Amino acid sequence: MALVDIRNVTKSYGSTQVLKGVSLDIKEGEIVTIIGKSGSGKSTLLRCINALERIDGGEITVEGQSVRTDMPNLRDFRQRVGIVFQAFNLFPHMTVERNITLAPVLNKRIAKSEGRALALDVLARVGLADKIDAYPAQLSGGQQQRVAIARCLAMRPHLMLFDEVTSALDPELVGEVLKVMEDMARQGMTMVLVTHEMGFARNVASKIVFMHQGRVWEEGPPAELFANPRTPELQSFIASAR
Amino acid sequence: MQTLNFQQLWRYQDQLIDGTLHTLLLTLAAAAIGTVIGVAGAAAVRSGPRPVRWAIRGYVELIRNTPSLIQLFVVFFVLPGFGLRMGAFEAAAIALGLYFGAYCTEIVRAGLDAIPGSQVEAGQCLGLTRWQVFRHVVLPPALRSVYPAFTSQFVLLLLGTSLASQISAEELFHTGGFIETRTYRSFEVYAVICGIYFALVMTFKLLFAAVGHLAFRWPVRR
Ligand SMILES: Nc1ncnc2c1ncn2[C@@H]1O[C@H](COP(=O)(O)OP(=O)(O)OP(=O)(O)O)[C@@H](O)[C@H]1O
Ligand SMILES: [Mg+2]
Repeated sequence: MALVDIRNVTKSYGSTQVLKGVSLDIKEGEIVTIIGKSGSGKSTLLRCINALERIDGGEITVEGQSVRTDMPNLRDFRQRVGIVFQAFNLFPHMTVERNITLAPVLNKRIAKSEGRALALDVLARVGLADKIDAYPAQLSGGQQQRVAIARCLAMRPHLMLFDEVTSALDPELVGEVLKVMEDMARQGMTMVLVTHEMGFARNVASKIVFMHQGRVWEEGPPAELFANPRTPELQSFIASAR
Repeated sequence: MQTLNFQQLWRYQDQLIDGTLHTLLLTLAAAAIGTVIGVAGAAAVRSGPRPVRWAIRGYVELIRNTPSLIQLFVVFFVLPGFGLRMGAFEAAAIALGLYFGAYCTEIVRAGLDAIPGSQVEAGQCLGLTRWQVFRHVVLPPALRSVYPAFTSQFVLLLLGTSLASQISAEELFHTGGFIETRTYRSFEVYAVICGIYFALVMTFKLLFAAVGHLAFRWPVRR
């Protein structure tokens, strides 16, 4: 059974339909990369998977459970599905440690005394254990994004969503974040990511999803998809992306 | 012209100290009431049910657009008619608390509005409750951004406690009037009273600066 099952999902903002019947499977351990032009609905789809947006039609299930913005155990669900945003969204008034331990402690998943060990553990995985006492404003963009990823990892999610997490970074900082994501992929994390990093999509993804005008236009393994794009839309997208 | 003579006032130092303490107490009581109203009111104006939002808006407009003195009279003279009996000091604390609360509501609301929605979303995505998001994610940076405005409003409150003399609450200004009727040394009495207010305000400003320094330690970019 797929970890995430998206069936015929539709979503409108006002009178504009942004998702026009999206269907997609994501299996455990898969790295799914969503590509597509600006406005094609990539972020919206990601936000629907995490119940940040209400869907108008169709169904999304994660681990067999139907995802709804009013689902009874929404908070538990959110802890199992991590999401990382383009703008990091770290809490500026908290140290790195507190950014990471806030939710696990408040949600009573760990005792306060175990916080530092948890923070060190996840920070080690993103190579930032030495920044545990820093504040977000004292970190570079790349470091902030790695902390945001660590904060997500501390929830022990079963699935992670990434929305253009390198797009706000200076070019020389992109690599360090992609490397962290590659490590996570290698360790078997199920990941769905929206990215403009075609190299990463080609090398790390197990599946590429090309979205166009609110639909899944084409999908397949990267080697196949990039070598033989079937639709003119994907052909021109690949041509413009290089 | 008479020469200045502060010596007579010396005999009234106990009253002056007492008046000063009452002014302090009144300020702190009203500030405590008003701050609680401000935080709760601002939170409710942003995300409470519609009738609550309207009620708070009405309260804020009513308080901010009518004379504080009349508000004080209403609490002291009118509320007892509805069975709410209280002394002058309690009435002053409540009236000034309501006054401070209205301004605080506006101040805190501006602070909450300054926090981007993405911060709230980040908190929700970590599985925090609405209350946890408000308390831990939104409120601290919001308070930091309005701390200077809050400080100024607190100073206005402290100076405004002198209004309570009009219902004979025993605070500093009232004490001044009392000493004046005994000594006929108006200028000297009010010079001293003024000096005490000034010293109180300066002390609080220093205190606020120190507390702000300790409470808001996190660095900000740019
Ligand atoms: N909150 C919103 N209210 C109204 N319209 C929205 C909202 N969010 C997105 N849209 C619209 O929905 C469409 C899809 O947006 P979405 O953010 O999903 O695109 P995207 O593929 O992520 O694009 P990008 O690559 O620029 O991030 C766009 O036309 C956008 O203007
Ligand atoms: Mg997007």
